[in-house]
Amino acid sequence: MDLLNAFITLSNFVLIPAIAYGSQLALGALGVTLIYGILRFSNFAHGDTMAFGTMATILITWAFQGLGVSAGPLPTALLALPFGIGVCALLVLATDRGVYRFYRGQKAKPIIFVMVSLGVMFIMNGLVRFIIGPDDQRFSDGERFIISVRQFKALTGLDEGLAIKTTQGITVVTAIIVVALLFYFLNRTRTGKSMRAYSDNEDLALLSGINPERVVMVTWLIVAALATVAGVLYGLDKSFKPFVYFQLLLPIFASAIVGGLGNPLGAIAGGFTIAFSEVMITYAWKKVAGYALPDALAPDGLAQLLSTDYKFAVSFVILLIVLLFKPTGLFAGKAV
Amino acid sequence: MKKLLTATAATALMAGTAFAEDVKIGIILGFTGPIESLTPSMADGAELAMKEVTDSGLLLDGASVSSVRADSTCVDAGAATAAAERLVTSDQVDAIMGADCSGVTGAILNNVAVANGVVMISPSATSPGLSHNDNEDNGLFFRTAPSDARQGVVMTEVLMEEGIKEVAVTYTNNDYGKGLADSFQAAFEAAGGSVTINAAHEDGKADYSAEVGALAAAGGERLVVAGYVDQGGSGIVRAAIDSGAFDTFHFPDGMIGAKLQENFGDEIEGSTGQHPGTDSEGASMFAEMVGDAFDATSPFTPESYDAAALIMLAMEAAGSKDSNDFKEHVMDVANAPGEQIFPGELAKALQILKDGGDIDYVGATAVELIGAGESAGNYRQIVIEGGEITTAKYR
Repeated sequence: MDLLNAFITLSNFVLIPAIAYGSQLALGALGVTLIYGILRFSNFAHGDTMAFGTMATILITWAFQGLGVSAGPLPTALLALPFGIGVCALLVLATDRGVYRFYRGQKAKPIIFVMVSLGVMFIMNGLVRFIIGPDDQRFSDGERFIISVRQFKALTGLDEGLAIKTTQGITVVTAIIVVALLFYFLNRTRTGKSMRAYSDNEDLALLSGINPERVVMVTWLIVAALATVAGVLYGLDKSFKPFVYFQLLLPIFASAIVGGLGNPLGAIAGGFTIAFSEVMITYAWKKVAGYALPDALAPDGLAQLLSTDYKFAVSFVILLIVLLFKPTGLFAGKAV
Repeated sequence: MKKLLTATAATALMAGTAFAEDVKIGIILGFTGPIESLTPSMADGAELAMKEVTDSGLLLDGASVSSVRADSTCVDAGAATAAAERLVTSDQVDAIMGADCSGVTGAILNNVAVANGVVMISPSATSPGLSHNDNEDNGLFFRTAPSDARQGVVMTEVLMEEGIKEVAVTYTNNDYGKGLADSFQAAFEAAGGSVTINAAHEDGKADYSAEVGALAAAGGERLVVAGYVDQGGSGIVRAAIDSGAFDTFHFPDGMIGAKLQENFGDEIEGSTGQHPGTDSEGASMFAEMVGDAFDATSPFTPESYDAAALIMLAMEAAGSKDSNDFKEHVMDVANAPGEQIFPGELAKALQILKDGGDIDYVGATAVELIGAGESAGNYRQIVIEGGEITTAKYR
């Protein structure tokens, strides 16, 4: 029974939050990795693309709520999501037309693209703040819990409770669907194959008649979809605040690099690695150890490796270790 | 000859008017910066007291009181020091009503007030670090706001009366949060309670599940949240309720507001808290007197009125507007014995002092100065009942 309690506590405070957070990071990292693999630069504007897509979704959600449209127990934002993706896609395509295409024509070096994306980041950042403001926005509605602590305790009679939020469930399910679609698209469809070809060897792909502008456009469309889905899931599960999305850039890049930049499978593995390390290293293990270990071994202190203030530092350290010992990342992406 | 006579008479006249010298009081508050929404009505409160005294014509045989405003910025110690220096050396103020935030108040006190020997009464600086028990301030600094050390003691009393012996504490990572959490921990442990964890949280994050994970692992009967209701404090409470880590909470002043019951309602049923407040009739008299001129219930506005009033009453009691003379009298006019003085009765108070009597200034916030000259503090103890913040009692 004690072991069961230990496992429930662990699930409630570590496993479930980390899985949800990891899925959100993985979706964000997939977007970064696709741009790196196909367009060959690190897109610093990704966090703010997420914020923009989420903002569009929030505005449409509010419109739906005003009209009385709802998705029953699910958040209304899920209905608004396709429209949010559309708006976000328009923005990134316009950015590509207006900004990146010029530098592609110049055959600019990747570092110049990175700097350009930094500029784009600031503009998107300002745009989002200008439209929706810098404050917190909550837009989740519908059922809050799949199972709440009280229900769980009543159901099982255990001392420890377990809560699964609806948003956590939706995050994981949506992430699985999106990743499955993405991999199907990249591996099975003609366009997906041409994208991978373009990523592997640009010149060879051009010689075999692949239209580069089309590949670029499709990439941006997929990235807009990934960014918006990741942003909306994060916002539903936590809350939407432009500055927080800007800060998310660090763990997202850490995930992409740890997994191997340019490798989609790596991005997913990286997302979960970062999420689990952040949560597990800053978790106080006292209670779990108290249940799992015999009394004599149970710790008196909190058994916490690092205070929660250092959450972001964990991503940094993992990033450093990976870059030092395996610069191509866990799944051998392109060298950074 | 006639000319000479007029000239002499004019000189004599001028000397005469100069005799009942006018009093200048500097008002240094953060008119720009993080609390810029609070400071206009604080300054209005202080100036209301000055106008009342000027109109009475009783201070120091008919002196009129004027104010000079300066900007403390609330956060920039350098700018605040420069502004205060200007008040003292160029505007030659006789006393300072201010400053507001604890950090700049300390800077002005050490760099300007003590160096030039000018009395300062702050309406809103609450950091325990400003309690000068060893007379480092030469007896020049007072405040009509209570120290957070006092709030820590009041919190302990509330929790002890509820029979709670073990709590977890989380605080917003700044001077206010840290000061309050530390003073609470000291008081609570001295009273025989135990604090299982005293952990910081950063404001403005989207997700507090990791912080709550640590708090939950440490455990405790109740979670004390020394944060801000429109910042991370609410995030912590939300995550704690969602994960079932804590059912009831204890909220200090930064957490108590309409937002709290709007965000959580009956989910935090049975939680307790306290914030500065009084049921003294002075508060309502002050609100009535102010009318629509400005917002009398805005935080620290009544305290500002009281701070300015204390300065002028102490001057009258000393019969001098020199800081070094009247600093000794601030405590006397603020505390018993003597006739109780409420807002709007400054003329009466000045008359009593002039006649050699004693007053006990109550003012808008039931002023009682203790220790090195800081408000004893009156607190409203609240409990969440039926999803609403209700008053349990005043202490």
